[in-house]
Amino acid sequence: MRVPLSWLNDYVDVKNIPVQELANRLTLAGMEVEAIETIGYPGAELPWDPKLITTAEVLSVGPHPDADRLVLVEVDYGGPEHEIAVTGAPSLYALKGQSDLHLKVAFAWEGSLLYDGHAEGFVQRKLKATKVRGVLSRAMVCSQKELGLADVHGDIIYLPSDTPVGVPLTEVLGDYVLDFEIKGPFGHLQCVYGIAREVAAIFGRPLKRTPLEAAIRLGLTTVEQPEAVELEIADPDLCPRYTATMIRGVSIGPSPLWMQLRLQRAGMRPINNIVDITNYVMLELGQPLHAFDYAQIRPRSAGSKPAIIVRRALPGEQMATLDGELRTFDGDMCLITDGGGPVGVGGVMGGLDSEVKDTTRDILLEAANFFFLNIRRTTQLLKISSEAGSRFGKRVDSELALIAGARAAELMRELAGGVVDSIAGDRYPGKPAPFPVAYCPAMADSILGVIIPAEEQRRILTALEFSVRDNGPEDWEVLVPSYRLDVRHPVDLVEEIGRIYGYDRFPHTLIDEPLPPLRHNVPLEEEERVRDWLVGLGLDEIISYSLIDPADEPRLASPGTALTFAGEAIPLRNSLSPERSQMRRSLLPGLLRTARNNLRFLERVALFEVGRVHYRLATPNPAAGETGVAEPRRVAMALAGPRQGRWFEATDRSALDYFDLKGIVEAFLERLALLDKAQWERGAHPSFHPGRCARVTVEGREIGYLGELHPLVCEAFDLPVQPVVALEWDLEALLDAARAAEGGKHVGMISAYPPVHEDLALIVDAGTPALDVQRAILQAGLPLVTRALLFDIYQGPQVGEGKKSLAFALTYQSPGKALDESDVEKLRMRIIKVVEKQLGAKVRRA
Amino acid sequence: MTLFEALEQVYNEAQAALELAGDSAGLEAWYAAYLGRKGTVTLQTRAVGQLPKDERPAFGQRVNEVKQALEEAYAARAEAIKQAEMLRTLESGAIDITLPGRPVPQGHLHLTTRTLRQIYDIFAMMGFEVFEAPDVELEAYNFDLLNIPDYHPARDMWDTFWVQTPPGEPRLLLRTHTSPGQIRAMRERATHQEPIRVILPGKCYRYEQITARSEHQFYQLEGLAVGRGITLTDLIGTMHQFAELFYGTGRKIRVRSSYFPFTEPSVEVDTNCILCGGGGCGVCKYTGWLEIAGAGMVHPVVLQNGGYDPAEWSGFAFGMGIERPSMMKYDVSDIRLYYGNDLRFLRQF
Ligand SMILES: [Zn+2]
Repeated sequence: MRVPLSWLNDYVDVKNIPVQELANRLTLAGMEVEAIETIGYPGAELPWDPKLITTAEVLSVGPHPDADRLVLVEVDYGGPEHEIAVTGAPSLYALKGQSDLHLKVAFAWEGSLLYDGHAEGFVQRKLKATKVRGVLSRAMVCSQKELGLADVHGDIIYLPSDTPVGVPLTEVLGDYVLDFEIKGPFGHLQCVYGIAREVAAIFGRPLKRTPLEAAIRLGLTTVEQPEAVELEIADPDLCPRYTATMIRGVSIGPSPLWMQLRLQRAGMRPINNIVDITNYVMLELGQPLHAFDYAQIRPRSAGSKPAIIVRRALPGEQMATLDGELRTFDGDMCLITDGGGPVGVGGVMGGLDSEVKDTTRDILLEAANFFFLNIRRTTQLLKISSEAGSRFGKRVDSELALIAGARAAELMRELAGGVVDSIAGDRYPGKPAPFPVAYCPAMADSILGVIIPAEEQRRILTALEFSVRDNGPEDWEVLVPSYRLDVRHPVDLVEEIGRIYGYDRFPHTLIDEPLPPLRHNVPLEEEERVRDWLVGLGLDEIISYSLIDPADEPRLASPGTALTFAGEAIPLRNSLSPERSQMRRSLLPGLLRTARNNLRFLERVALFEVGRVHYRLATPNPAAGETGVAEPRRVAMALAGPRQGRWFEATDRSALDYFDLKGIVEAFLERLALLDKAQWERGAHPSFHPGRCARVTVEGREIGYLGELHPLVCEAFDLPVQPVVALEWDLEALLDAARAAEGGKHVGMISAYPPVHEDLALIVDAGTPALDVQRAILQAGLPLVTRALLFDIYQGPQVGEGKKSLAFALTYQSPGKALDESDVEKLRMRIIKVVEKQLGAKVRRA
Repeated sequence: MTLFEALEQVYNEAQAALELAGDSAGLEAWYAAYLGRKGTVTLQTRAVGQLPKDERPAFGQRVNEVKQALEEAYAARAEAIKQAEMLRTLESGAIDITLPGRPVPQGHLHLTTRTLRQIYDIFAMMGFEVFEAPDVELEAYNFDLLNIPDYHPARDMWDTFWVQTPPGEPRLLLRTHTSPGQIRAMRERATHQEPIRVILPGKCYRYEQITARSEHQFYQLEGLAVGRGITLTDLIGTMHQFAELFYGTGRKIRVRSSYFPFTEPSVEVDTNCILCGGGGCGVCKYTGWLEIAGAGMVHPVVLQNGGYDPAEWSGFAFGMGIERPSMMKYDVSDIRLYYGNDLRFLRQF
């Protein structure tokens, strides 16, 4: 919202407040000034030199001796002599031959910096003295465009007749425009008068009530049924008040310069005097108005007077709005109708047919009030945006309706030659009851933490038009003014007091209270440790989008298979794009897309993500605070690219594979104290290579899968043709298991006696998992076999078809003595017997 | 020439020859030539029999002296040669120490994780624990219970992603802010009517066009303190403390009045621009200030909804963006780098 300072100054004296200070104080009090536009003064895009660009008076217009289309104007610029300037301005040319003129203009001397009136856009140029067809011209009469006040090169500016001559033009037309970003649904701050009220309170200055008192000046009174129109509000819940004022015999034309400039500076384009006045009053007081062409308002029946009925729309009812769109309404939208049908969407936009036209003579001026939530509902459902709708949607004081109607009528009388009917119509079924709030000045201290004297509190409240009744020093009854529909609680009063007093004056304190019971957030601490470990294992952490493309789910399954999820997907009702339209049920799509994007620039990626997946399990239950959505944590990893980077000597450039990922995972499991507890079995999962996939469980609970991605899954994610190994694990299950393992942990014996090392090669079926053999050895050798390290695998003619040889390096060690050959012999025999029995293993002899 | 003279001559000769032995092979050859079984010095000792008896002891003694001296000289020479040879070996083994080391793959934490941890640590010092709340949230928690009824103009402050839910079911959405966690934290703690100090981090979502300055997904961190006498000046002090610990000592704080439906009074907290220090620059839009949090005193209606009687309890809440501080600190101009996960970006942290 843009507020010209010159306009603000009509209601509160801001002349001697530096504009920057004014902006700062307003910003601190909650009306954020985002920008200050300077017009004419130093700092403006086009500063007007106060010595060279001044006001002046055109006294006469004479012919140019040598040019038919030009005239010579005699100008009084306040100096000792008059100046003759050459011009071709049409309105002056029309006065050729006339003298005794008293036209106030903007006059620029040679050396002034102005915009070129004839150039496209805004091009600055310096005015030079020139001979125009033999006549020396040292100065010129300026147009709006030349001064930067308009973007089209129209006629020259005519200043009000009471403008003094020879003063810097800045004193008359210079200005600052404050551009506000007002947060919150505050209709009362969406107008110049509302800001003036705040300035008055902040700076302790009087507020002029002139614009509110037009009804008194007009001698306007009201009745429920005025002469000109029949008024009915059928649905007062949507329209608490409707006023109608008649202005007869207006002549439609341009509005005066001052009003045009104010509208322009506030960001609106002047149209004609009637429309400009409704806009002007809306900007001034915050009350949207609507001017009907009275001649177009139809009666209910022939012979009766025109009627205005405010009612709910019939479902499916239609009307073309001012913007030319045909709108269809539902039964909760509020329409302004006349005897013949809809003429406007209440508080949102007028209808096309009853709009004011150049030929309009009589105006029926609507100043009404509408229920803000319904206005918002209507504008959202109709997707219609208008100044009126946006203001009514932020709540407008219903008391303003008649005040603003009278103000506009007064201006129509002054500026459009209208005659105002002295009795206006006012239906006001929704007049709000006075709203008192019980308040104690000590509340400010207990909420704000700073003592603000009661008298200062009273001053602030009064300046904001609250009335304070003192029932005792600690018992105030504060009557909320009608314009503050948002103030309902004592704490709302505290905010008013605090912000006007100034938060910059508040001391800084820290909470001086007992601490709440301290707790660890164990799940978060664990999660953060997981991140640290994985980073330590050389993986880069990513955080990807929780919203994914639903088509990425089938992409995760190789053809002929399908993924199953623990719950239903959560799709969006409104999404930015199909790629971001469903909450992820797996971390893999984000991980694989990240891998793919990065592999365009990097040869190797090693990624992990720790994050939540989301799926629906049940119907939401707001009373219990239950969303019905599960959001468990997962951990996912992906590796692709060469095992080692290039170096100046040969490195291992083969592709990262299953065992690289498993190595990382084993180190990770070791950190979690789960290395020995994890069960590895051959896995079958739609995302993975059928022969290179493991399913991992701990104590029977599934942790997840790990493996080389199925090449067709890689292809579906547009990954380069190379192995990608990945996993997605249930972090909750993993951490539960780790917590249990940590709890049951015992320190193993550290032996001081020498170990005995020997190798043992076993021939087993080629399909026997190595882990089974290793675990069998360790089990059989308990507790003296402390290690069985697989160091060689052989398949070939020496062991026979369908067989393989697994060679283990065994370590025997006792905590109590040095083992001798016979101890080892005994253990070895036991191991061989067990593996033979359990796995059909044979010892391979060299 | 007498035998004595011959011995001295051999001795001199041997000493001179030893000087010339430059490496182990030459040294061994010298040894064989002089002190070996057929060496000249050895042969001299055998000539003792040619001498008259009375001269033999003197000659024998001299021979032994010479042998011993030569043995010692040999040992010294051998040591010198060994050292010289080792030096030569080491010199030939010199490497270019500027060559790169064998690469070790490095992992990196995401920038957001790093920022969050920094903030967790700061608030932990002030007694705030981390409390987590869901991403997919009930409409009631995201809006209504925070004093934002349906169609209320305040809802315009948040462009919302709505979840497809069957007609008639309570509506779900993706939380637009971390504030619903306030209600969840309060309702959990209200059973024991405990004071509260929590921070609530998390992903938030907004139905907004994605640009370099706005993302549909971002992180926020909410703070909530509830107690029996918490005041706005406590909030201001806490924010100042945070700014000093997070942005560095000597920070200034500016508190502006603002509007949030769930706080009353509502404020916005700025700190002097970390880039220009307050003089004005492009980052702070020439105001000298950067907004660090929206905050305020918990609205009585919200306290009530959380199960705390506003007549007895008061509290403050604040919310801050997680990406903006690091964007300012590292001059990151595009927020899409964060969750687009370009490793060339993430690996710089
Ligand atoms: Zn700056």
